[in-house]
Amino acid sequence: MNLPYQIDPGYIGLGFVLLFLLLILTFTAILRDKGRRSLGEAGLRKIPAFKKLWRTMNYSVESGKRLHLTLGRAGIGGEHSTSSLVGLSILKSVAQFVSMGDKSPITTSGEGTLMILSQDTTRSAYSSSGVAEKFDQADGQLSGLTPFSYASGTLPIIYDQQTSGTIMVGHFGSEAALIADASENTDCMTLAGSDDLSAQAILVATANEPLIGEELYAAGAYMQIGLTHTASVRAQDVIRWILVIVILVGAALKLTGVF
Amino acid sequence: MVKRTLLIAVTITTGLVILMGYFINLPALVSVRKIFLNWAIILAAVALLIGLINLIVVHARKIINKEPGSHYSLVLLVSLMVTAVVGIVSGPTSKMSQWIFNNIQIPIETSLMALLAVVLISAAIRFTYRRPTSFSLIFIFTTLIIMLGTVSNPWLNVSWLSELRLWITRVPVVGGARGILFGVVLGTIATGLRVLMGADRPYED
Repeated sequence: MNLPYQIDPGYIGLGFVLLFLLLILTFTAILRDKGRRSLGEAGLRKIPAFKKLWRTMNYSVESGKRLHLTLGRAGIGGEHSTSSLVGLSILKSVAQFVSMGDKSPITTSGEGTLMILSQDTTRSAYSSSGVAEKFDQADGQLSGLTPFSYASGTLPIIYDQQTSGTIMVGHFGSEAALIADASENTDCMTLAGSDDLSAQAILVATANEPLIGEELYAAGAYMQIGLTHTASVRAQDVIRWILVIVILVGAALKLTGVF
Repeated sequence: MVKRTLLIAVTITTGLVILMGYFINLPALVSVRKIFLNWAIILAAVALLIGLINLIVVHARKIINKEPGSHYSLVLLVSLMVTAVVGIVSGPTSKMSQWIFNNIQIPIETSLMALLAVVLISAAIRFTYRRPTSFSLIFIFTTLIIMLGTVSNPWLNVSWLSELRLWITRVPVVGGARGILFGVVLGTIATGLRVLMGADRPYED
């Protein structure tokens, strides 16, 4: 069937983004109006990895051990940048929480801009907690620029710093296995998520708390960073159902020969 | 407060201009988008330099404080200096630079890749006894089928195994991968929109 007129794909994309934005704003308003702050009240399913992360953060404060966050090797100017942004959100939440403890979290990354942003995020989290003097430039490190140099630069931090847990959130490739394996060898909690499919498959086997698919992007809601994060997870659910219906209707129309 | 508001306003405006440049084909918008992206590339190069300085400072501090593994830091700093001097003096595509790349960096990275194979096998074994569920059994069983179906076996010619491998990689794997990618794409859009709304701020005052 030929359509009577052609719609510019750019406008369809823009419409899709605007619909997404509208849904996020609507859900933010609803959640704020009803004062729903806990995950259960917001209708989100439980993800055990985040529960363990909270437990590890508490343990880190009590035991005086450092938490290690590694943010991958994507910067903030490419197609994988959103996974790095999720990592920075988690870093902020973690740094604010553990700022009451003796040891600051240590962050490694495999890209220059990400290293600068990790330092800035830790510093600002400390400032907001009133302990700005605890910040050290070495809390955010560039561990390597190629995939394997990044992994091999990260391993000594896991082994030498006796960390209480490793949080791997960002863009990784197969080198993620080396980092996750090192963390497992030191009996640490390893929470790991990547936007890369092969890395996700590897992390299922190597990390004890892997994040699959969109779970990585839901981190903000589970770390209780803000209502917008919870609202965006709800918006994703609605959009997912819309797309599922569109795909099924499209398949049915194709099957019946309409298209 | 004014500084923070200004930062958020600049970020949102820049983000919107770049986003609109992708969707709406206006020549002015497209050229502004290109200028912004060029600025981002220059800033990323500067950030790389700052990152290298950070790397030197962190490892120099390790050596001065005689922390565990400080001899590795010394090797790193010496290698970094030698490579930098060779690159600056003779150029990054010179014979000397190529020699360092081909005879030091590539063999080391290749051996790490070989190590990865061992790590993955041990991880797969650990995975089965750490989480002995039906899911882990399916995981291991599928991995074995894919491996046996891929390698050439001179003693045993089992054609159904490679056909099964083909079916697994073409049907359930593609379906599952598309489902996961679906979630990743939606998450990516949501994260981007949160940054555009100023709800997620990877920059602070």
